[in-house]
Amino acid sequence: MSAPTSTVTTVSPEGPAVEAKPAKRRRLRFVANGKAATGLIVLGFFCLIAIIGPWIAPYDPSARSSDLIQPPSSEHWFGTTHLGQDIFSQMLVGTRGVMFVGLLAGLVATALSILIGVSSGFLGGAADEGLSALSNVFLVIPALPLIIIVASTIPGAGDLMVALVIGFTSWAWGARVLRAQTLSLRRRDYVEAARATGESTWRIITAEIMPNLTAIIASSFVGTVIFAIMSEITLAFIGISTISEWNWGTILFWAQSQQALAQGAWWWFVPAGLAIAILGTALSLINFGIDEFVSPRLRSSGHHHKTKDGQPIRMRVGFTPILPKPEQNATPVVRKKKEAAA
Amino acid sequence: MKFLLQRVAFYLFTAWAALTINFFIPRLIPGDPVTSLINKYQGQISTEAIQSLYVLFGLDKDASLWSQYVDYWGQVFRGDLGLSFTFFPTPVADVLNQSLPWTIALVGLTTLASFAIGTGLGILAGWRRGSWLDGLLPVTTFLSSIPYFWLGLLAITLLAGPDSIFPSSGGYEPGLVPSWDGAFIGSAIQHSLLPAITILISSVSGWILSMRNMMVTVASEDYITVAHAKGLPEKRVMMSYAARNALLPNVSGFALSLGFIVGGTLLVEIVFSYPGIGYNLFQAVGSKDYPLMQGVFLVITLSVLVANLIADVAYLLLDPRTRKEG
Repeated sequence: MSAPTSTVTTVSPEGPAVEAKPAKRRRLRFVANGKAATGLIVLGFFCLIAIIGPWIAPYDPSARSSDLIQPPSSEHWFGTTHLGQDIFSQMLVGTRGVMFVGLLAGLVATALSILIGVSSGFLGGAADEGLSALSNVFLVIPALPLIIIVASTIPGAGDLMVALVIGFTSWAWGARVLRAQTLSLRRRDYVEAARATGESTWRIITAEIMPNLTAIIASSFVGTVIFAIMSEITLAFIGISTISEWNWGTILFWAQSQQALAQGAWWWFVPAGLAIAILGTALSLINFGIDEFVSPRLRSSGHHHKTKDGQPIRMRVGFTPILPKPEQNATPVVRKKKEAAA
Repeated sequence: MKFLLQRVAFYLFTAWAALTINFFIPRLIPGDPVTSLINKYQGQISTEAIQSLYVLFGLDKDASLWSQYVDYWGQVFRGDLGLSFTFFPTPVADVLNQSLPWTIALVGLTTLASFAIGTGLGILAGWRRGSWLDGLLPVTTFLSSIPYFWLGLLAITLLAGPDSIFPSSGGYEPGLVPSWDGAFIGSAIQHSLLPAITILISSVSGWILSMRNMMVTVASEDYITVAHAKGLPEKRVMMSYAARNALLPNVSGFALSLGFIVGGTLLVEIVFSYPGIGYNLFQAVGSKDYPLMQGVFLVITLSVLVANLIADVAYLLLDPRTRKEG
């Protein structure tokens, strides 16, 4: 359990920091971005549920009762299953498994992608050829079927095993992006300068190159977490990982296998799906925040300005702002005159 | 030409790697589930079939690893992927032969359509930045975060029903025999509508987003400013100058993400009980049918490789720079 908790402590303090001291330190400017802040707050909420979920759950998620397939009520907020189990409790308890697998797989995959991507980009030559061929192979082979085969061959695969399998099969994208960026960094002047002053390769990589890769590493970590959560829920949904451990996929597995659709029990699968979508959106928002932080061009709200006479103009990168109507009407008239003269 | 040959060499290498991974998975992982399957069907399986399963799953412990590997390759080249236990006693190759066309038609066509629609919308969203099209972005982000299969479940609940035109499961009307006549094709199209829409909705947003970002980057290049300054019509600058260049990274991205997309769309087949490869995989997992699982993995990987090669040819046609040397 050490993996998710450590991430919680690094992530959550930044959430509230938006209101507390905006843009005080340069590093915190990232969270001043609306998208990133929203994403971090939602992620923080899910992390919180992952920690306290099992304690605040009103019922034992596996306990049966006589309320079979009940719609949501004040007693059972999200309704009940075919065995009278409380779906709200299942969601709360299941959050921990989802977050644990997502974050652990993300950590494993990111560590592998840094190791392979950075060393492949920095070393060059035969090592680069070999390592980038390896990551391209892993990129092209469809990951999900591979994960399904490996996970179903391992007897009794629990959360830890699933996280490791996902982590070891989904590092390739990050490695590719990191390699490309390292390639462009390794011949920069400041790296050459460090090399000329006789710094060791290890120090150049950790002190000169890695800090400039932070944003890419962060965004590939977030991307991998999204993928890992999706894969894990998929595995549970098709019934590969152990169904004794609750997670959102397990709920969907039971909903599907007990014909929740045919019985009109929408409450059985809607909460889990929405939770996945909201968590996924939050992570994507963090990624957009990182992208926009690194490349300001992508910020969507084009700045709106007004001219002296109050006409709105939209500033866009790469475009010369064109003032509306009056001038546009004038241009063709001028041209016609010229054509007539010629 | 050199570019294409390099790519072909790479795909052959990847195919070799995938087959080798497939060879090692059952050998490296403890426990041999296939033995118990063989024991269960004792007496019903021919000696030949048992031998082929032994070769595929490394049960012939006496042979050296190298000779196991050589045998395995020989068998895969003959198209012998063992017996399927779910559809006992049909060979895996026959099962896959039947379901592959369904998957190619559904997943292939919808993936292409989603790429085309997404790229088109992305061009607009990137060009008209700051307009209402930016409002699409959060919506598409949300849609792309929904697992494909869950959207499928939702679609079935909301749209399919006894009196709806959308059937909730299967690939064609149960009474019909697969053939090339109007009734069958009509029924097949009707059954594929809902899964296709599901895949389209959840996969289109990724393309919108990547194309938009690429357009935004390209829009600030000097040649765009020059094109504006020359007084070219806005539409021409957008399509022939910006979009043409922004498309290239998107096409190579398309090739690379095919693996991910195919993985996701397989699940849509599961939800809709669509008679394709993904549903086979689901059935195989349910009954621990390892030969079928491995067959599905191989076929999916090889199809993705072929699709990648096609995408590379498209790239070759789009980007004159790659053709220069040849």
